Amino acid sequence: MTENELVLKVQNVSCGYRKGGVFSRGEVQEILHDVSFDVRRGEIMGLVGESGTGKSTLAKVILGILKPDSGEVTHYSHGPQMIFQDPFSSLNPAFTVKRIMEEPLKIQGIRDKQERKNQVMEMLRLVELPEECLEARPNELSGGQRQRVSIAVALIQKPKFVIADEPVSALDVTIQAQILKLLKKLRKELDLSFLFISHDLNVVYQLCDRVIVMKDGQIVEQGDVEQVYDRPQHEYTKQLLAAVV
Amino acid sequence: MLEIQDLHVRFYNRRREAVEGVSFKIEDGEIMGLVGESGSGKSVTAMSVAGLLPRKQCEYSGKIFLDGCELLHADRKVLRQIQGKDMGVVFQEPMNAMDPLMKVGKQVEECLKVHTKMNASQRKALALEALSAVELRNVEEIYEKYPHELSGGMCQRAMIAAAIVSKPKLLLLDEPTTALDITIQSQILVLLKSLNKQYGMSMLFISHDLNVVRKLCRRVVVMQRGHIVEAGDTERIFHNPQNDYTKKLIAAIPTREGRGSI
Amino acid sequence: MKKRNWYLTLGFILTGIIASFIVMGFIWTPYDPNAIMAGPKFSPPSFEHIMGTDNFGRDIFSRVLQGAGSTALIALCTVLIGALIGIAVGALTGYFGGIVDEALMRFNDALTAFPSILVALVIVGVMGGGKYNVILALGIVFIPSFARVTRTAFASLRDVNYVKSVRLMGAKPARIICLHILPNTISVLLPAITIGFNNAVLAEASMSYLGIGIKPPDASLGYMLSEAQGMLSIAPWYAIWTGGVIVIMIFAVGLIGEGLQHCGRESM
Repeated sequence: MTENELVLKVQNVSCGYRKGGVFSRGEVQEILHDVSFDVRRGEIMGLVGESGTGKSTLAKVILGILKPDSGEVTHYSHGPQMIFQDPFSSLNPAFTVKRIMEEPLKIQGIRDKQERKNQVMEMLRLVELPEECLEARPNELSGGQRQRVSIAVALIQKPKFVIADEPVSALDVTIQAQILKLLKKLRKELDLSFLFISHDLNVVYQLCDRVIVMKDGQIVEQGDVEQVYDRPQHEYTKQLLAAVV
Repeated sequence: MLEIQDLHVRFYNRRREAVEGVSFKIEDGEIMGLVGESGSGKSVTAMSVAGLLPRKQCEYSGKIFLDGCELLHADRKVLRQIQGKDMGVVFQEPMNAMDPLMKVGKQVEECLKVHTKMNASQRKALALEALSAVELRNVEEIYEKYPHELSGGMCQRAMIAAAIVSKPKLLLLDEPTTALDITIQSQILVLLKSLNKQYGMSMLFISHDLNVVRKLCRRVVVMQRGHIVEAGDTERIFHNPQNDYTKKLIAAIPTREGRGSI
Repeated sequence: MKKRNWYLTLGFILTGIIASFIVMGFIWTPYDPNAIMAGPKFSPPSFEHIMGTDNFGRDIFSRVLQGAGSTALIALCTVLIGALIGIAVGALTGYFGGIVDEALMRFNDALTAFPSILVALVIVGVMGGGKYNVILALGIVFIPSFARVTRTAFASLRDVNYVKSVRLMGAKPARIICLHILPNTISVLLPAITIGFNNAVLAEASMSYLGIGIKPPDASLGYMLSEAQGMLSIAPWYAIWTGGVIVIMIFAVGLIGEGLQHCGRESM
């Protein structure tokens, strides 16, 4: 695997929180232990595990919000983005959709109004939202529409690598299927790579090329989805798969 | 057992009726599934059955019979007698369905305290029995614990114990596994099935997850926008859905077979 | 279906009426508020003096107009100082957290431990009385409460997903604080400001009543109330009018505050 085919490389990352407040120093509780994996260009990498396994902490470390205690995270692309689980809290309720989508462009320093508008319209088309949505505020949209807006906000910044943290688990199944379809389409059209965090093994099977199974802050198994699902090696993976209804 | 006849509910602040003419029946010892997406009216239906409808904020009509006793228009006093004793309810979020300041054991016995004249030791004996019926280990210890000391799965088991402690005829389950991890989820489903067999308890299982419903329920009611769009044998509906919405719903379930379809 | 917000409507109408009287008082009063012997001494309300006159024969209506004006002005400036500095401090500490936050908030706690009037009295005592010193003193006293409210709101919004997502876009803290978090705290801050205004009116009134606030020839409602106390048995109307105006002023702004809180709750 040559390095220009990778978008992300995580090497031996360990990370912990120190319990206690300003005046007390508690013991360190390890959340991630020696995590290593990479994400290839154009690939959707699944990350499954139950609550409390450190999936979200891993996402934070990758985005640079948290510093790992040891190990290294290497990005081979600029500005990784994130899509959050709850489309109700990931959009600023005070702004219109237009303003929300323009914000990253303003921050990037695009002064030209027309240019911004063009990019917003282009993105709106890509996420298949009608133009009327532009003037709406987030609370006037349905859950599926909101999630489309959050995807648009992430992608308008032209990332090559996106972390999707349970992007469909708060949605109804029919909407869920639409959003998954959209993600797959966008990957193709925009040459994206995803780290797709989910607790739903079926969704991961449908969408992802490779998968990482985490338990208690450690990777217990990783590989091609079909291989992991058909011939799970680790006891925990077998348990998870058996539990899938 | 439970019969709902032409239930209509409309909240005053909404234009559309939340439930528009829902009727179905649950037989003795049957687990009935009630499936729908958000806004389908499944929770409002459940609230009506449980007697938790905010009566002052909505208009409602129809009839709900539990063993011949009408619930929808029943007096609060009558309702209180039925709630807990003849009908147990389990909610989605185990962590905030329990009083954080009350020991688990006390919460399990609560409904015995309300409905029976048992003394403390009798109550405790029944509570321990219920806690072991939901397959918790070290019940004596758990009896003395507070909810935050239990894991999510244990909490949900304790909630089920509290719902079944007075051996109700009907157990109302409102998305009881949605907030749980999948390995725990499947354990709870197995538990519900065995409770159903052991006590012959009827259950109304409300969920948005068709897979879960399929695993547990023999019959299922599918709701959309306040209407029942399809009802019948679960396997029949899965293999041969008649309604377009049901078809869409089933097609949308992520399955292993569905890989590549999106 | 939107229910009419009666609190807000009524509050705005009342405040509007009071405000127009106050504005009128700045431009025109029926008599010179400080003119002695504008009429007979202690004359009860009549057509010439609709609120009557005091012991010097000054027209009470004119004095109330002027007094309400200076009271409102002092309260407004006080709230402005308190809110501006308080919101700035609260926003910064709430957003960044850490040691500075802890230190400032403990200092804040210490300041709130004293009754606010007492602190203001000390400040005025050191710097001397007069309109501007009262404003400054009360302004300082009002900073902690605003800082506290703002800090709580900011701390809870700091880790909300949409703020995280703007941070991922590479936005600078100043932009996040002013553009993304501040508009979402308005529903908490506006009621706090109206309550602050009312407290400021009361605080000014009590300080002037105690004789450490405004100095003659300036008049404020509190100062007039203390004057009126001396002649309560001879000219009870003096106290009733001044006290009444204070009550109505607070009531009106309080209604607005209540209405705003209802708005905030609905938009949640």
